[in-house]
Amino acid sequence: MTDSAADTLAPDTWTVAGRTFTSRLIVGTGKYKDFEQNAAAVAASGAEIVTVAVRRVNVSDRNAPMLTDFIDPKKITYLPNTAGCFTADDAIRTLRLAREAGGWDLVKLEVLGEARTLYPDMRETLKATEILAKEGFLPMVYCVDDPIAAKQLEECGAVAVMPLGAPIGSGLGIQNKVTIRLIVEGATVPVLVDAGVGTASEAAVAMELGCDGVLMNTAIAEARDPIRMARAMKLAVQGGRDAYLAGRMKTRRYADPSSPLAGLI
Amino acid sequence: MADEYLLTVNGEPRRIAPGSSIADLVASLGLDPGKVAVERNAEIAPRSTLADVILTDGDVLEIVHFVGGG
Repeated sequence: MTDSAADTLAPDTWTVAGRTFTSRLIVGTGKYKDFEQNAAAVAASGAEIVTVAVRRVNVSDRNAPMLTDFIDPKKITYLPNTAGCFTADDAIRTLRLAREAGGWDLVKLEVLGEARTLYPDMRETLKATEILAKEGFLPMVYCVDDPIAAKQLEECGAVAVMPLGAPIGSGLGIQNKVTIRLIVEGATVPVLVDAGVGTASEAAVAMELGCDGVLMNTAIAEARDPIRMARAMKLAVQGGRDAYLAGRMKTRRYADPSSPLAGLI
Repeated sequence: MADEYLLTVNGEPRRIAPGSSIADLVASLGLDPGKVAVERNAEIAPRSTLADVILTDGDVLEIVHFVGGG
């Protein structure tokens, strides 16, 4: 076998904070019809990591089904998030509880600036990242698509930077490919597009830009057939990754025939 | 000593017998202590200490778990 063929067949993994994963797709667990559909979509996506939220137990309905009964935290890595937190203090409080509930130190930090856009508040996000890292957390951080902010997060202890492609839940696709590429070029930690992907081609775009992975929830959960879309996303992430590794052709302004001109009858 | 203490659990009032621990409260709610985290008066109550922490009148508790989210 040639070296090139061996490279092509070698397992392609990525590592965050010393933990190695094969799947480059992280999926959320919100907005599904029920836990069964959610679990089936996770299986179809091939994801090894799922994001989860931390919320009050319903003390009046103690028989309500629990996520952990459907998606086994021993098999799938739970990544607790801070969705809904608008201050560093709230986010830190939430993740301390998450660590106590599940024992996980790998977490997804998001500190939101306003409800309308769910755009990150970077001042609070940087503050929270620094405090969490000092407390031993390994924060993967949702952030603006700004290469300078991404570097600052790394300096504060982020183990991965996760710029938005477009607002959370919008499905608008990656709005600024230039800034995502600049973040990838400058980063020494994994970069994952978090938020904004709406369909498979957009997940492939993120991977073709050189991102280490993609995180999504709504694009799968709100598809007409979430399980089929989960599979589509799995294939798109793999396809985009392979295209990135393969190195795309140069673009030309005019046509260039693929069949030889010599020997024409 | 009062017959009952009044707590606030996840924002709702709840009565409990004096001398009860956090573990007693969690059990009385029918919850698996291995699947929840408890905050008492804005401080994390480590799981290993739930049976040792005796609740007092007016305590504010938050009991959380993981739910679906993005």
